[in-house]
Amino acid sequence: MKKINTPLMENVIADLKAGDEVLLSGVIFTARDQAHLKLCELIGQNEDLPVNIAGQVIYYCGPTPSADRVIGSCGPTTSSRMDPFTPPLLKKGVKGMIGKGRRSSGARDAIVREKAIYFAAPAGAGAYLNGKVTSCEVVAFPDLGPEAMHKLTVKDFPLIVVIDAFGNDIYARFN
Amino acid sequence: MRTRYIDAEIIKNTIKDLCIQANTILRPDVLEAIKELYRRESDGFAKNMLGALIQNADIARRDELALCQDTGMVTVFITVGGDVFIRGGNITEAVNEGVAAAYEEGHFRKSVVADPLLRGNTGTNTPAIVHIDVIGGDKLMIAVMPKGFGSENKSRTIMLNPTAGSDEIVEFCVETVKLAGPDACPPYVLGVGLGGTMEQCASLAKKALLRPLNIASSKPHLAELEDRIKKKVNELKIGVMGLGGASTVLAAVVETTPTHIAGLPMAVNLSCHALRSASAVI
Repeated sequence: MKKINTPLMENVIADLKAGDEVLLSGVIFTARDQAHLKLCELIGQNEDLPVNIAGQVIYYCGPTPSADRVIGSCGPTTSSRMDPFTPPLLKKGVKGMIGKGRRSSGARDAIVREKAIYFAAPAGAGAYLNGKVTSCEVVAFPDLGPEAMHKLTVKDFPLIVVIDAFGNDIYARFN
Repeated sequence: MRTRYIDAEIIKNTIKDLCIQANTILRPDVLEAIKELYRRESDGFAKNMLGALIQNADIARRDELALCQDTGMVTVFITVGGDVFIRGGNITEAVNEGVAAAYEEGHFRKSVVADPLLRGNTGTNTPAIVHIDVIGGDKLMIAVMPKGFGSENKSRTIMLNPTAGSDEIVEFCVETVKLAGPDACPPYVLGVGLGGTMEQCASLAKKALLRPLNIASSKPHLAELEDRIKKKVNELKIGVMGLGGASTVLAAVVETTPTHIAGLPMAVNLSCHALRSASAVI
């Protein structure tokens, strides 16, 4: 099992193949539907983004809150809903995405073009993944509640490479 | 006939407890089905993923964490006897207060928006969707089902011809799961509604998901249909995390209801492996 760290360097990404299991450590940023909409609106208007996403990993996740832990249940949401917003975000420098399920051909093409990578996290195991998160703070769009962007620090977050930087896709058989 | 009085407060508290239970303690029949899959699965990533789901259930129960961060929009099925009189409030209010209390106390996600176009969060995870049937007697039966939208989004309906047979029914189930692919967290459970009207059928498909997975339909022709659907859908070989393997569907559950001579409404309510519900009788 490969251990990798953020920020994801291009040589690390190039070494990963679809189907590889990895343990990720470092900082990732949650963003889902509404945050993607807002980020792309800002990109379209040539405005500054509230978070510098260049070189970062985005995690499609809207966590449950917690009173006494850094975060609640925090598994991935369905990635395909973010497909339309992926090309501009990758162009802006996002290097990795974590979610679950298939991506569109447009998203896959953008991954290859920008030499990025897409991982799936264990799906429907939010309580299990809770133990892999060591810190959590809201860094953008707090008014979006669970859909806000959170900066998470993770340790040995289990992932599988779904689409690598060369366009290999473990879900190609479903297309 | 004697009136039985039930305080709205009792309903509210029961709803609250059921929502917390449903979200943190995986239904025993669902957990058992996943454990059975784990035993049958050969070593590899798929087996590890099933192991993670079993661990997830343990951790959720021990730490009172939500099984899944999508604690869903809550559907509530209530059957109330005609001899029951609710005191101090109405059922719907009591249900919504109970759900709001559960989602606050349980630290669950507030995932409900007031307007589908304007998308402002209600902040309470209400309103719940409430279905009430009135029957004879003096019991009040409640079942809550918090359902996430990954699976809800892949659910489908079709108005079949009245002469449609089980082939078409099986085919629609296969097509529905094929379209979902690995996206809605397989292994799936299929709730299938047949009959009624368009809206009745859809609600029946969701109600079907309340039945324990190890209990087949009491009607032989439907038990056979459930089996056929499960076998045919498993031929898709999607598997946990879309990695192939022993199972794409844990069970298919079919419920039927009377319908019109000109139609055969059908609905498939797809559930992920985190099928959550809890019930009580007051």
